[in-house]
Amino acid sequence: MSPIMQAALTILIGVGGCVGYFYLSNQFLDRVLYPAKGQNAGRNINRANAIRPWLFLFPAIFALTLYLAYPVFETLRLSLTDRSLGGAFVGLDNYTQMAHDPKFWEALRNNFLWLLIVPAASTAFGLLAAQLTDRISWGNIAKSLIFMPMAISFVGAAVIFKLVYDARPEDVAQIGILNAVYLQLGGDSPITWLTVPFWNNIFLIIVLIWIQTGFAMVILSAALRGIPEETIEAAIVDGANPFQIFFKIKVPQIAGTIVVVWTTITIVVLKVFDIVFAMTNGQWETQVLANYMYDKLFRANDWGVGSAAAMVIMILVLPILVWNVYNARREMR
Amino acid sequence: MDHIAGRKSGLSWAVHFSAMALVIVWVLPTLGLLVSSFRTTDQIRSSGWWAALFPAVQNETYRTADPDEARVDLGDGVFLVAGNIFVESGAAANLDDIAKEIMAWGASSRAIDAYQPDEVADLGEGETLSVTARGDYEWRGTADQIEGRGARIFVTVSAPPDFTIGNYRNVLFDPSNREGMSKAFFNTLTVTIPATIIPILIAAFAAYALAWMEFPGRALLIAAIVGLLVVPLQLALIPLLKLHNDIGIGKGYLGVWLAHTGFGLPLAIYLLRNYMVGLPREVIENARVDGASEFQIFTRIILPLSFPALASFAIFQFLWTWNDLLVAMVFLIDSSGETTVMTRQLVEMMGTRGGDWEILATSAFVSIAVPLVVFFSLQRYLVRGLLAGSVK
Repeated sequence: MSPIMQAALTILIGVGGCVGYFYLSNQFLDRVLYPAKGQNAGRNINRANAIRPWLFLFPAIFALTLYLAYPVFETLRLSLTDRSLGGAFVGLDNYTQMAHDPKFWEALRNNFLWLLIVPAASTAFGLLAAQLTDRISWGNIAKSLIFMPMAISFVGAAVIFKLVYDARPEDVAQIGILNAVYLQLGGDSPITWLTVPFWNNIFLIIVLIWIQTGFAMVILSAALRGIPEETIEAAIVDGANPFQIFFKIKVPQIAGTIVVVWTTITIVVLKVFDIVFAMTNGQWETQVLANYMYDKLFRANDWGVGSAAAMVIMILVLPILVWNVYNARREMR
Repeated sequence: MDHIAGRKSGLSWAVHFSAMALVIVWVLPTLGLLVSSFRTTDQIRSSGWWAALFPAVQNETYRTADPDEARVDLGDGVFLVAGNIFVESGAAANLDDIAKEIMAWGASSRAIDAYQPDEVADLGEGETLSVTARGDYEWRGTADQIEGRGARIFVTVSAPPDFTIGNYRNVLFDPSNREGMSKAFFNTLTVTIPATIIPILIAAFAAYALAWMEFPGRALLIAAIVGLLVVPLQLALIPLLKLHNDIGIGKGYLGVWLAHTGFGLPLAIYLLRNYMVGLPREVIENARVDGASEFQIFTRIILPLSFPALASFAIFQFLWTWNDLLVAMVFLIDSSGETTVMTRQLVEMMGTRGGDWEILATSAFVSIAVPLVVFFSLQRYLVRGLLAGSVK
């Protein structure tokens, strides 16, 4: 069967199955199990209404449990066992093994570098872009263009920036714009930017900043527009200059949104994989945790250490998870 | 107030300027790849893409027609070979098609710009050669001089910007093209559509229950979904691959559809619930009073009213599944490579054909064209979705 047919069939079965499930299960509940008639009509309606939410929720809860909740615990279990020993429990052996791998420490160091730079730079650029574009007539076009990288895949972005960073021998024309500019500005010879340890991390980081700035801009721009006009007018009357207005009046009022943007980008950074995988594959000291994990899982076939690396990512995400849940619960009250 | 107004206009100039600079920096990388995808291999190798936007000055070498076939006897022992270097070399289809202009030329490799167009070069002992700006040449001399191979002509030409769609034809339609980008395109589409539609449906029901039904444990469930929002999908790879193998799905479309459904659900439920909670209570309560069942309320009232939120999530999920690499590599692509997706193809090409920018740039643009179209046409919903999903 051709994949297209298979896809069409899946949509049909998937959609039909979902609709069928919801419709029939409701019918069953109302007509057969607890019909709203006869001597127990009142009691039956109450019972049916107590069960119905779970009918609505069941497919979602089932999928979430199986595809997100269960894997967390299964990964934890795998990280404590050894596949080559038939899945025997080995305690923290995988973690110790990982701790003795210099590549792991390199990945951890780089991840912290990413964590330090990407959220800060994206938020700063996003704030700058929001502030600038909100005040000009062609602001919407400018916003669209800065926001555009959000639609481009990480792999697509990797190709785009590979061209930017491209280096060719000294005696032929440069086709990477970075080297062309570098030579224009008086550099001696073209540099293969992605193979210079430490700095190549920065060049990879720039790719993610380029992608995430649009996101930050959109959110922060909405927040900036939500600031009450009176506060700004009052500041102008008091003689504040535009920079004071921005940093002392506007930024404090959108601090909450800045934190949300910052943490959202932090999560993206912790999971960053495609960019490194496509551009350097962790060579030249650019390894990051997600790529390290992929290496261990699918190249070295070492599920134990791979799962341990995944748990490290999970532990780094955990504070944000707890903070988000805490905030969500506070708001619901 | 003059003081403030004056400052404002000065600052507004700076604002326009900085915004412009920011936009240029952000667009330039993509523009480079787009321009490169419309250039030929030679053009890409010989100059940076930015040069393609302006007339290019380049050095080329041509040869006159073969004297043994083309020479004309003018009498008095004088022979002539005449023609046009661009037409004869195939660089132009005919005389009207010549786009290049000769700025200087030469008859020897040691002095390639010795003569101006229309100038007559004296090659010694009465042998002469002249070339016009359009490439018409006349080569005169005695029978001994005008023989053997054609004379070489070195030219410095100014070529106008020249773009081709040949790369796209190659990447998309050439059956011998081993990159198989068109196959990968359809595979990506096959992954994307079910993986976008199915989670929406499941999430919509769940979101309705979480928004408008009273039951014990509701708050806890919402909190759990907020928590699951940020669980890295890296954790799910091995356990789920094992599960898929155990229940016989293995690697394939079904697996990747299920995985995308699972991974997309938290955001879907979260977005839809936030939106549905904001719907007017009276509408739902009136319908309940009128005897509508919950199922009817959901399908007749809630779903149509929630269209903006459904569209937002659909766009997110579409972009995310279209652009995904990791999930496809783990759950879909087997060793046969028949089910490869575009992102995977691109990574492969970067490894094996890293220098062939015409193929790489074109393939990359094929893969990002669809998301860009979706993005620019449905940006409104995307922004609305982002705001609903992030700002609390």
